[in-house]
Amino acid sequence: MSRPPIVEIEDLSFGYEPGRPVLHGIRLRIEPGTVVGVMGQSGCGKTTLLRIIAGWLKAQSGRARVLGETLGALDEARIFALRRRMGMLFQFGALFTDMSAYDNVAFQMHEHTDLPPEMIRDLALLKLEAVGLRGAAHLMPAELSGGMARRVALARAIALDPRLMLYDEPFTGLDPISFGVIARLIRRLNDSLGQTSIIVSHDVEECFGIVDYVYMMSAGRIVAEGTPESLRRSEHPFVHQFVHGEPDGPIPFHYPAPGYAADLEAGAAGG
Amino acid sequence: MAERALLAGLRDGLERLGGAATSRIWRLGFASRFFAHMLLHSGTAFRRFHLTVREIYFAGVLSLIIILVSGLFVGMVLGLQGYHTLQRYGSSEALGILVALSLVRELGPVVAGLLFASRAGSAITAEIGLMKATEQIAAMEMMAVDPIARVVAPRFWGGVISMPLLAALFSAMGIFGGYLVGVKLIGVDEGAFWSQMQAAVDVREDIVNGIIKSVVFGIAVAWIAVFEGYDAQPTAEGVSSATTRTVVTSSLAILALDFVLTAFMFTGGNGG
Repeated sequence: MSRPPIVEIEDLSFGYEPGRPVLHGIRLRIEPGTVVGVMGQSGCGKTTLLRIIAGWLKAQSGRARVLGETLGALDEARIFALRRRMGMLFQFGALFTDMSAYDNVAFQMHEHTDLPPEMIRDLALLKLEAVGLRGAAHLMPAELSGGMARRVALARAIALDPRLMLYDEPFTGLDPISFGVIARLIRRLNDSLGQTSIIVSHDVEECFGIVDYVYMMSAGRIVAEGTPESLRRSEHPFVHQFVHGEPDGPIPFHYPAPGYAADLEAGAAGG
Repeated sequence: MAERALLAGLRDGLERLGGAATSRIWRLGFASRFFAHMLLHSGTAFRRFHLTVREIYFAGVLSLIIILVSGLFVGMVLGLQGYHTLQRYGSSEALGILVALSLVRELGPVVAGLLFASRAGSAITAEIGLMKATEQIAAMEMMAVDPIARVVAPRFWGGVISMPLLAALFSAMGIFGGYLVGVKLIGVDEGAFWSQMQAAVDVREDIVNGIIKSVVFGIAVAWIAVFEGYDAQPTAEGVSSATTRTVVTSSLAILALDFVLTAFMFTGGNGG
């Protein structure tokens, strides 16, 4: 009775340069209909993981299946076909600055479908209505506030009703109101459109409020996983430091450096 | 000891030279592959020609002012300088020939090409580079749309189509400038000015060769501009240095290509 997972990753490793791995032995499984958070500090490899799921980067070892396709074996045409079933919200929206909000949302419909213009218009307005911005359809990206631009980008990402939504730091740089609006929209769209969502983020509170399950990453590894409640109670030193935002812990406050006294002496000797 | 240091220094120098040479060659190879990919994916630019028309507007129509004004001044200067030289030999009626041939064969394509590289080439590089820096190119790939077909190819073809038209307008404006100075200001005989020009300028030898030059320059500038934009580091400094590279590389490319093309076109023609 259980449906196959939307994303299944086994023992995946990746590095941009040989000898400098960014991800080691990643294992994760994302069930249909869930909203899953991938959390960790900046630079821990979570965006890289998202890019592997989107078929952008090829893992050096391990297995990754997304929407029933095994990544790594796909040619460009099949990756493009796979991406038509995915939507991605970029960190700062990445709206096309030379097009209005409406044209941004209608972009994929023009590119990938033969729908008549009237139908594209109705669909694009429907998507804009879903994010509450039908009235802003004619505005250019430069005329939108940060939160509005993010919502238009969200409407654009769901334009072709993707089965899997990828969110790359969707809350970065938003004011508290826009923050809450985007968070609620992510959950609502996921549930009403029957999507599955992956949110890469480091915003603990907003993220914990809407996700069903969380993978915690540190230095390219998954160090903990569980529901938000179980992670809040976790005694794992990294999870504790991250969830409670403590400045010092397994992740040190100081960047590795030689002894402070030695550094000062060297400065004095040099001067 | 000193010998060893010298050897080490030499080796380092050689390594750096080798490294620089290989990275240049690698980049040239990358640019060529990019060019081939762009040509293969140019279907969209022609099937949905309105995308290319939009780029012709940005690259061509918006460059009109600088091209027309520069053409006028270059022609006026040619009129003054040409008259000054020709009247020493008592052949100031040949001013029309001098102005027209200089413009149609050389100055039209070359100066219009240089202006086009600084006005439109830099804009194309900056636009594509900024689209990359703000993840618009990545967003397009994520939407399963090939940015080379959708963004790069229309800009390339827009540039290639605009350039010969701009060069032609530059030459026409220049000839008009030469006429204003030579005939209206200095008083060269109007009939001689036009009739000698008409008799001496050959369609195949001069005009067609000039057009060929401007097409080649258009391809070079547009290729360099789109490639530099697409290959730019996605940061403010990256886009700024890519824009500079576009202007410098395309200007040098225009001048070098001009020499090669002139050598092929006109030596053969004169010899025969």
